[in-house]
Amino acid sequence: MDFVPNTLEQQKEMLHTIGVSSINELFKDIPSSILLQDPLAIGKGLSEIAVKRKLASLAMCNKISYTSFLGAGSYAHFIPSIVNALISRGEFYTAYTPYQPEISQGVLQAIFEYQTLIADLTGMDVANASLYDGSTALAEACIMAHTITKRTQIVALKSVHPEYREVLKTYCTAHSFQLIEADQPTITDKTAALLIQNPDFFGSVHDLRKYAEQAHSQGALLVVNVVEPTSLGLLVPPGECGADIVVGEAQSFGNPINFGGPYLGIIATTEEFKRNIPGRLVGKTVDEEGQDGYILTLQAREQHIRREKSCSNICTNQALCALAASIHIAALGKTGIKELAELNLQKAHYLSRKLMENGCQLYFNGPFYNEFVLKLDDVNSTLKKLADKNIIGGLDLGKFYPDLKNCLLICVTELITKEDMDSFVETLS
Amino acid sequence: MKLLFEKSIPGRKGVSLPLMDVPVQQDLMPKTLLRKSNQLPELSEIDIVRHFTELSRRNFGVDNGFYPLGSCTMKYNPKINEETARMEGFASLHPYNPNNKGALELMYELGEDLKKIAGMDAITLQPAAGAHGELTGLMLVKAYFKDIGQDRSIILTPDSSHGTNPASSAMCGFETITIKSDLKGQVDISDLKNNLNERVAAVMLTIPNTLGIFEHSILEITKLIHDNESIIYMDGANLNALVGKVRPGDMGVDVMHINLHKTFSTPHGGGGPGAGPVAVKKFLEPYLPNPGVGKDSLIAYPKSIGRVRAFYGNFGMLVRAYTYIKSLGSDGLLRVSENAVLNANYMKERLRKHYDLPYDSICKHEFVLSDKNMPNGITTNNIAKRLLDYGFHPPTIYFPLIVHGAIMIEPTETEGKEVLDSFIEVMVKIKDEAASDPEMVRTAPHTTVVKKLDAVLAARKPCLKHCF
Repeated sequence: MDFVPNTLEQQKEMLHTIGVSSINELFKDIPSSILLQDPLAIGKGLSEIAVKRKLASLAMCNKISYTSFLGAGSYAHFIPSIVNALISRGEFYTAYTPYQPEISQGVLQAIFEYQTLIADLTGMDVANASLYDGSTALAEACIMAHTITKRTQIVALKSVHPEYREVLKTYCTAHSFQLIEADQPTITDKTAALLIQNPDFFGSVHDLRKYAEQAHSQGALLVVNVVEPTSLGLLVPPGECGADIVVGEAQSFGNPINFGGPYLGIIATTEEFKRNIPGRLVGKTVDEEGQDGYILTLQAREQHIRREKSCSNICTNQALCALAASIHIAALGKTGIKELAELNLQKAHYLSRKLMENGCQLYFNGPFYNEFVLKLDDVNSTLKKLADKNIIGGLDLGKFYPDLKNCLLICVTELITKEDMDSFVETLS
Repeated sequence: MKLLFEKSIPGRKGVSLPLMDVPVQQDLMPKTLLRKSNQLPELSEIDIVRHFTELSRRNFGVDNGFYPLGSCTMKYNPKINEETARMEGFASLHPYNPNNKGALELMYELGEDLKKIAGMDAITLQPAAGAHGELTGLMLVKAYFKDIGQDRSIILTPDSSHGTNPASSAMCGFETITIKSDLKGQVDISDLKNNLNERVAAVMLTIPNTLGIFEHSILEITKLIHDNESIIYMDGANLNALVGKVRPGDMGVDVMHINLHKTFSTPHGGGGPGAGPVAVKKFLEPYLPNPGVGKDSLIAYPKSIGRVRAFYGNFGMLVRAYTYIKSLGSDGLLRVSENAVLNANYMKERLRKHYDLPYDSICKHEFVLSDKNMPNGITTNNIAKRLLDYGFHPPTIYFPLIVHGAIMIEPTETEGKEVLDSFIEVMVKIKDEAASDPEMVRTAPHTTVVKKLDAVLAARKPCLKHCF
């Protein structure tokens, strides 16, 4: 099916109006030497049912019937049915960026509400309409910090998600920034920003205040990366700890893990730096009759106005993912978000306690949220043993950190039951 | 309409969480690390459903009606795409789940199909959007010249290019020089020649360009650029005009991005998510982002620029685009470009009798009118707002910048002649109204849920969140 409604008769009438005899004549501006003579070698179109079968068979090749303890930047949380029902409304998902505010109040108000929710959760003054994902949001924060401080050195703690740091490295090369990755930060008067993830890649929770002091004492900005934002249901917002920019990944709210995307990047900042924030911003205003309305604003920062002088090349946000996040956060509400975070915290600690009671050792000692690192003798044989019981035990950290060979990163969300955890422990003992 | 926060009633909750089935332990987190409160709303499920349903009614999408927003390719988004992307085996697959054979196969197959459609040799699916693809493509250009030891720091773009082109160049540390368009709306070849030198890394071309015109001298242009040993970057935003008819690779393009949310029907989502794969010729392949997706395994490119996004990109959008390509196949994709071009030329032919057409030639998937000669000083913005009253989404306006009061119309192939006719009739009517009742046109829209909004106030006193 090609979804083209024109009939042959209509095509004929249109060609007649144009004054040509065939559609091919409309392509005579293309040199004939490069016009394709043969059909593309991608096969003919399939019927709807044939396509569905083909996709279903590919989907079935991915085994997902495991109990999974994988987190590491992609978190499986329960998504209430209303999320999919509401984001599936064609008025939302078949619309484009709300350039015509009078007929886009739906998306605009939803983004304004999203900005409010994210600002509140992060404790910042201003949040944008979202960026591509957490990793690119972190890179954008560095560009922003450079613009504000005029410095070119970025210091990232190694406990920031390794794939985020890889993205950061790519962006830093393009910008000729110096990227220093360290276990403990050394900030100098050349540092534009200190990047810290909280909870960090290993699930550990930090007191951000001392990092803020350290960064600010040298005139550098503190960028806090929140990859598991359900933690904000419980944890003190980075904005109350001196963060200048908060970035992160909001997939945990309302968006399936989707093999890594689409997700949505958070970026939020203080009143002082609101004109340096990249991407779309929705503001409240009034119409001619004095009633409230919403509109894209502070567009002088953006590429379609400023071209090469814009603060980023970003054009889109992840509006539909942000809508899903807003619906989920609204459903959780004031008390639900705290309960959700408490469930994650308690369950993860239950598993860690049970494992320790069975003689396992945790790699880190400090407080953690819903992820922790287990020290094993042989991570591969453990993962295999668990896989035989239909359990994906977590992420082998040796892949990213040679020092953490035989260490396993385990994530427990509210989707994991006590029975799941008991059978995890049983398999190991 | 009230905000979520203004509808909040203390004590309400809209979600049913699993029970706490483990013993609760106190003081797991030091008190200093705990938050005191939050200001999230308290709503029941039906409150939330009604709130967002009401919001959706205040929004216009392709499902509501004709959406001829030029350069955005607002074609119909097939419903089957939404179903396949939500299949459990895709949506619930963790990026670190090793049992991912089906996902990698889909990505590989999609990459192969896109390479054939574009006439290119290699591809990355990582970029999350068109602008992200541009940035990735320019990073490849930068890495290539560094590798072969040439210092090239200039990017040339025509004055009709998208704003993202110079913005992406700047993000890569390139200097951008603008090339003039000639009287036919095409690249001014003498201006191109004057600016080509040993410092030019790449020329970014949108083909067909944003006026909807295919560069008649494309082969001469690409030869000139290649003779200068510069790279040709194609902004693939307008690929919808070309699919199945001509391949960018055959024109001489070295690197391009493909907007899956335009040509390949993935929905725009109110502003995203999209996806912007980047396809390249062989000589740029070693620099592609890691990891690449091979037939049976992931690929590590030897001189990779590194990752441009965590995990594998916007996988859910890749599933939709793949579903679309399989639905249409070679025969369907050919009908896409043919009907997109037919529809645009038909509208242009009929509207040129009523509106100024600054560049008169066969167009491809879109064309640009101007507000020159409108009666009583009626502007493009007035026309756009009046279209809202008639239930149409307006075209892209005031872009490209080289046309005064540009009205950029892209009908796409998924609209039938009768829809185009009704839009044309309304455009003609608005022209008449501009003469007979200019005040009514100037004060439009009259039927929308809000009237003209005060953009100056929004920018001067920014209110970017609800104040509790």
